[in-house]
Amino acid sequence: MSSDTPNTPQRAPAGGPPPHPSAPGKEQDPDWANGLRQLYDSVVEEPLPDSFQDLLDKLDVKD
Amino acid sequence: MSDHERTAADKADFKRELTEVVPHLRAFARGLCGRADMADDLVQETLLKAWAAQERFQPGTSMRAWTFVILRNAYLTDMRRNRFRGEYDETVAERVLTAPAGQEEPIHLSDMHRALLTLPPERREALLLVGAGGFSYEEAATICDCAVGTIKSRVGRARAALNAMLADGNIPKRSIGDSAAHRAILQELDDVASGMGSSRS
Repeated sequence: MSSDTPNTPQRAPAGGPPPHPSAPGKEQDPDWANGLRQLYDSVVEEPLPDSFQDLLDKLDVKD
Repeated sequence: MSDHERTAADKADFKRELTEVVPHLRAFARGLCGRADMADDLVQETLLKAWAAQERFQPGTSMRAWTFVILRNAYLTDMRRNRFRGEYDETVAERVLTAPAGQEEPIHLSDMHRALLTLPPERREALLLVGAGGFSYEEAATICDCAVGTIKSRVGRARAALNAMLADGNIPKRSIGDSAAHRAILQELDDVASGMGSSRS
């Protein structure tokens, strides 16, 4: 269950209380439970389509 | 635009943080609306809205939580326009999640995704935030603008529903070569799950 999302500086505690990545699931942890995290992480780990960098690049220009 | 004139450095910081959360926005959006292309459209919309509203972001707070609120609101608006109906994306990886004892077929990541998409949207998002995104109940409640107890209840119901589907092997199957029929099934399941259906149990 240590397979938290890698490289996520935005998960670091900032203003509010620190996040509890695995706290809420403790009551019941069926076999599939970490599948949710895997599903999420599988997208996080995908290479970013160029369209996103294009859009981010344009943000500055628009101002 | 705002009283406080934002410096170039402020904007650069904001943009850097925004860039860092894009993969997370994509993951949340994919879980919410199922289809990768729609999810990415939603993320792009979110990025534009976030950029336009950047003076409302408080530096030092969670960019991920802040942008998730924007994405969620955009999603709900689109939902009301009936753009997303829990359509399933066939490109989800066929990764084996687990093979429960006494079950012939192992559970795949795509099974999980399909099962997730049958949940009513508010339960789906609650489970995504807590079970996949790693937010606390309190953070999820803030993102969804509801009480902590409501989030707990939604997560509990979502877990129970997924458990019934996954543990018992009662996962909605993809129809072979007929995505329209498949979507209809998912929609029916969604309706049933949200109390609108009649015949199916």
